[in-house]
Amino acid sequence: MNDTPSEKSDRREFIKCASCVIGGAIGLVPMAAGVYVAMDPLRHSGDGTAKTNDGFMRLATLEDLPLGGAPMKYSIVADKADKWSRYKDMPIGAVYLQRTTEKQVVAFNTVCPHLGCFVDYRKEEKDFFCPCHNSNFSQTGALKTGVSPRGMDSLEVELRNDREVWVKFQHFKANTTEKTPVNS
Amino acid sequence: MMKQLFDWLEHRTGARKVVNEALYENIPGGSRWRYVWGSTLTFTLAVQFITGIFLWMGYAPSATSAWESVHYIQEQMTGGWFLRGLHHWTAQVMTVLLVLHLMQVVIDGAYKAPREVNFWFGVLLLQLVLALSLTGYLLPWDQKGYWATKVATDILGSTPLVGSYLKELVLGGADYGHHTLTRFFALHAGVLPAAVIALTAGHIYLFRRHGITAKTPLKKRDEYFWPEQVLKDAVACLAVLATVLFFVVKYHGAHLDAPADPSSNYPARPDWYFLFLFQFLKYFPGHWEVLGAVVIPGIVMTLIFLMPILGKWKLGHRFNIGLLCAVLIGAGTLTISALREDKANVTYQASVKQAANDAIVVKDLAKTRGGIPPDGALVLLQGPKLFAQHCAGCHAYGGHNGLLAALSGPQSAPDLKGFATREYLTALLDPAQFKSAKFFGGTKHANGKMAKFLEENADALAGTNKVNLAKVIKAVSAEAGIQSQRPMDTRDATEIAEGKKQFEALGCTDCHSLGKWNPEDSTAPDLTGYGSRDWMMALLHDPSHERFYGKKNDRMPAFGKDQKLSRQQLERIVDWLRGE
Ligand code: FES
Repeated sequence: MNDTPSEKSDRREFIKCASCVIGGAIGLVPMAAGVYVAMDPLRHSGDGTAKTNDGFMRLATLEDLPLGGAPMKYSIVADKADKWSRYKDMPIGAVYLQRTTEKQVVAFNTVCPHLGCFVDYRKEEKDFFCPCHNSNFSQTGALKTGVSPRGMDSLEVELRNDREVWVKFQHFKANTTEKTPVNS
Repeated sequence: MMKQLFDWLEHRTGARKVVNEALYENIPGGSRWRYVWGSTLTFTLAVQFITGIFLWMGYAPSATSAWESVHYIQEQMTGGWFLRGLHHWTAQVMTVLLVLHLMQVVIDGAYKAPREVNFWFGVLLLQLVLALSLTGYLLPWDQKGYWATKVATDILGSTPLVGSYLKELVLGGADYGHHTLTRFFALHAGVLPAAVIALTAGHIYLFRRHGITAKTPLKKRDEYFWPEQVLKDAVACLAVLATVLFFVVKYHGAHLDAPADPSSNYPARPDWYFLFLFQFLKYFPGHWEVLGAVVIPGIVMTLIFLMPILGKWKLGHRFNIGLLCAVLIGAGTLTISALREDKANVTYQASVKQAANDAIVVKDLAKTRGGIPPDGALVLLQGPKLFAQHCAGCHAYGGHNGLLAALSGPQSAPDLKGFATREYLTALLDPAQFKSAKFFGGTKHANGKMAKFLEENADALAGTNKVNLAKVIKAVSAEAGIQSQRPMDTRDATEIAEGKKQFEALGCTDCHSLGKWNPEDSTAPDLTGYGSRDWMMALLHDPSHERFYGKKNDRMPAFGKDQKLSRQQLERIVDWLRGE
């Protein structure tokens, strides 16, 4: 070894550099693989959505709902895919149904538009009340008081064969003034 | 600015001092390639921690979700196979590195004073890593992991006096189940890694305290660890990683067998690094087993543990090297003879092939049937398994027995793949195919009324009535309500309605009925609800019932009526045939 001092220090610099590069690279492989796989849900967003033919489900008949009566809660039961599993007839949510006139039914998703808690119907007060941050909605779903940015989310209702109540069950983005459907 | 920040950090934490101490460790005689093994092991350990934690995010330990979630990681998550492959193959490479590291320490006498304690730390670490391998092997809950671990826990159970209690504790119950997995997982991802971290920290601390065991004669001047040795270590780690990546890519991740099935004849074999122990046990019959499973390995382990003390005697070091060589050569020989025996064992090879087929079938079902039912993937496999066992004596499924193996004898009844679909009926009603082995060629129906009808009307059915026959096929197939055909059935509603009328016009009603079973004038199977779940269940219950083949039934057993199979078993076969 009879390198000049400057060659020596060059070599040393090279070794330092190479160590760092190789060290970084070999550390990166498992880390990157892991992070990439952990991001997988973003590549599959929308999977696992419960699907019915046109989105409408038969929930009740007109006779089940007394005219002008209190809103009644109905569970939504559907086939559901969750990652590797497929389920038949799993509860996936609930709606309030309320018959307002002879031939008219309104439906609300029970999920609070604020941050997603389950909204209760209070018989005495005749209103909807969210127990999480005390948002208060009238029977028509309008926001009375509280922190919710909008009223309760109404759902499309169709009357089929004159008496069957079909509802299009949907979820909406939480905590926005706009009511935007989400696919989950 | 930067300097100020670093100074501040240094004052508050002393980090720079620690880093400097780590990097400027003196290496007598300078850096050498032979010192890289410890670093490669630390590296593999880090890889296992990183990949393990990310795998954890997708793993669900329970008897009905472990295989399913691992399968999901492997097949559905983008890059999941790669991540799982990294974890699996790094574990294999780590085992090899451990042995190399141990060999070097013993041969160089690095266990001698003052490094005894560090040697013991190392031996403990070796055992912890083996325990990690053992517990990790079960987690996918596939056939090979399940059966291999069962042997291991049965060995534990045969320990005198306390065995059965120990086993029950490890399994979390009398038998394998949910708690076996939660316990193994807690050990694998919690208890053992924590112990490994603690011991590794101690191992490295002690190593630094006493310094490297320099190989004499020293060839060069002393050097610091940084950067010369660091580069060598990094290159060695790179080589290790390259090896791992080679296997990961070659095997597309890690193999996943069919889901654990306690009712199958899967030949239990441990992973390759435990194969020698497995083979060793073959030489200890009956209650001598404890000798091979516990006593002898225990003695060897104790001797290894005592190496630092034995080494103090004059010939001690030689004895230690001899012992290690003997163990390694012995283990190697046992491994080779285990592999040889298996290679020569035809039954074993057949079982392995069948297990591989099961895995292909179940993975395909998980993919094509829109997911796995909540009671687990094993249920998916029940349909084809029962078919292979009870139906494939006569019927085929896509040319095989339902599990991708050849039929045991000649096919004598229809191939039921796609039963009741439009394609199936189209092929069946082709006169040449009807009489072929694929359908009724092997039965007496080959010369029956239906065969004659198809032959006599062959020209008309292929010519003027071709369109009408197609409608009849759609109508009859729609009776089945097969899931994959549902959109087509809805779309073709008018043609199906016409097909029902043509059913009569073409003369089918002379023997069959459709829409309503008419016992009076039907002499052939009722096609009302043909191929539907109910229809198939009824047929399997009793094919000789007058609604079906009546007296003309050719050898088909009454599986339900004669209680050959339970209702649930029949349902599994039917659901599988119907593609559900
Ligand atoms: S979630 Fe209902 S008020 Fe906040």
